[in-house]
Amino acid sequence: MRIQEHPILDFSKKRGRKVTIYFEGEPIEAYEGEPIAEALHAAGIRILNYTHEKNRPRGLFCAIGKCSSCLMVVNGIPNTRTCITLVEDGLRIERQHGSQPLPKDYKPPSWKEAEKREADIIIVGGGPAGLMAGIKAAEKGAKVILMDENPLLGGQLVKQTHKFFGKRDQFAGVRGIKIAEILEKEAKEKGVEIHLETSAIGIFQVGEKRMVAAIKKNKKLMEFYGKAVIVATGAMEKMIPFENNDLPGVYGAGAIQTLMNTYGIEPGKRVLIVGAGNVGVILAYQLLQAKVNVVAVVEAMPKVGAYFVHAAKIRRLGVPILTRHTILRAEGNGKVEHAVIAQIDEKWRPIPGTEKRLDVDVIALAVGLRPSIELLHQAGAQITYARELGGYVVRHDERMETTVRGLFVAGDSSGIEEATTAMLEGKIAGLSAALFVGKAKPDTYEEILQAQRDLDEFRSGPFGKHILEGLKKVMIK
Amino acid sequence: MSEEYLQREYLTLEELKEVTPLPSEKRLRGKHPVAVPECPQRIPCTPCKEICPVDAIKMDNPNDIPVVNYEKCIGCSLCVQICPGLAFFMIHYRDNKARVTMPHELLPLPKRGDEVILLNRKGEEIGEGKVVLVIPREKSVGDTPVITVEMPLELAWEARSIKVKEAIE
Repeated sequence: MRIQEHPILDFSKKRGRKVTIYFEGEPIEAYEGEPIAEALHAAGIRILNYTHEKNRPRGLFCAIGKCSSCLMVVNGIPNTRTCITLVEDGLRIERQHGSQPLPKDYKPPSWKEAEKREADIIIVGGGPAGLMAGIKAAEKGAKVILMDENPLLGGQLVKQTHKFFGKRDQFAGVRGIKIAEILEKEAKEKGVEIHLETSAIGIFQVGEKRMVAAIKKNKKLMEFYGKAVIVATGAMEKMIPFENNDLPGVYGAGAIQTLMNTYGIEPGKRVLIVGAGNVGVILAYQLLQAKVNVVAVVEAMPKVGAYFVHAAKIRRLGVPILTRHTILRAEGNGKVEHAVIAQIDEKWRPIPGTEKRLDVDVIALAVGLRPSIELLHQAGAQITYARELGGYVVRHDERMETTVRGLFVAGDSSGIEEATTAMLEGKIAGLSAALFVGKAKPDTYEEILQAQRDLDEFRSGPFGKHILEGLKKVMIK
Repeated sequence: MSEEYLQREYLTLEELKEVTPLPSEKRLRGKHPVAVPECPQRIPCTPCKEICPVDAIKMDNPNDIPVVNYEKCIGCSLCVQICPGLAFFMIHYRDNKARVTMPHELLPLPKRGDEVILLNRKGEEIGEGKVVLVIPREKSVGDTPVITVEMPLELAWEARSIKVKEAIE
């Protein structure tokens, strides 16, 4: 089902030309510019593959290319991440059964044929942090290449219909979707070279330079050379254990936002949200905007973690938030049909007799994020654990440089926070990298200091206290 | 103030009074409506203060809660339009009716003259009101449609959202 009417978004303008794709031989109508898994969801297809061992059906989970839940066989090639691979007219798509081999006559490309590109600074990740880093570094005269594995720039901003906090010169009061547009326009105007649908797979030292190895559009090998690299790869949604948590219809909150707000596809009819942090309650509000019923939001903690004002928005529209509740299991045949929730005691044990069986077709997990640090880890940067920042994070100094010289980090990949702080960190990383490659003048230090003061100010409230605790463990003195 | 409101996620009127003093009856019956923030938590957010054309909102640090000087407020609704938390409202008493101005980001957007169902802070239907003014999205500085609903006086401090009556098909 596709969303026709929305109070904030206009999908009639966003949808591309109609194309036909073939799912297990059956023609399906899709729109150019949308990924395969999303187009299949719009056609009511939720099962994308079956697991190797137990043949369990699996569907979408993250919808931004970070997990393996959407792997399918596309034009004969298995292991294709269909959530970020765009539809093309005539594409043949099959459900994958466990691990499937490449076709016998298929010749994978070899590294000898890789296309080489060179710049001063290579940025991995085109969300708020990466884009801002690119804008700032380019402003100082650095040649910048930016890559992102998604088909759109803007990271998670492209699906945020709500307005952001902060100060007005930090885009406060502006919707995420609009901030993404502004940043994209600016990056392009400043001459940042952009490679979309391009996945970085490793960072290597080659002589005096660093090389980011990448794969473009699932098949083309690329080598990007630069003096400095900024990693702004964002975050990945966490999963919690419960029975049938892999049933198609159990989606990460972000996946639902992608379906609904980026591509105008109805995620389902009745939704249970697990987790009442900002992501959970904002998702609830966004579902109501798309006229999807939110049955309840359950939260294991005794109080809501989200900003009160975001939670108050859904309460006054009648959505119940059940604190001290958790999900026990999902039920359904090949897809979510029910969710069983229960109240929990102080020791987090379900209280017998409090179980409720809810009639839902989607279970949204909004149980937190963890930084995407794989590339940084592979590149040799020192990693440490900071619960307050979402788990394992990379150590960095005040200028966002990691323990590897010339390797910078920004945004959620340096600790889970907000788009506002991601942009400030991106600014610092971009300016610092421009200094590192010798493109920025010494007065750039003043701009870096200003961004650091803005960060301190943003984090000076009760919500920031938590972040500062985490940063203590991470910061290199 | 106790954090009990964070368990139920709505403020009672008593709690709201603890967060911020409310305007006097005289001010509420004044020439212009008056803006009242329902923003009890210290969060890093300043657009209301920045947009106020008469500097009626006090907030020394971005993490402070906004406090409106009701005598200075001219009832222009810019804070209601811009607030990212949709937490600003305007109240105006007129004889035995009250007019409450609120953000409305859902479909359908009501039209002037529409009878609508009033919802309180926990989403309960508490009565009916009539839409007397609509600022559509394209005319709102904060990209958020704003509506003013006329209602019985006693609901002025309860009604904080509306539901448009769906046409019977």
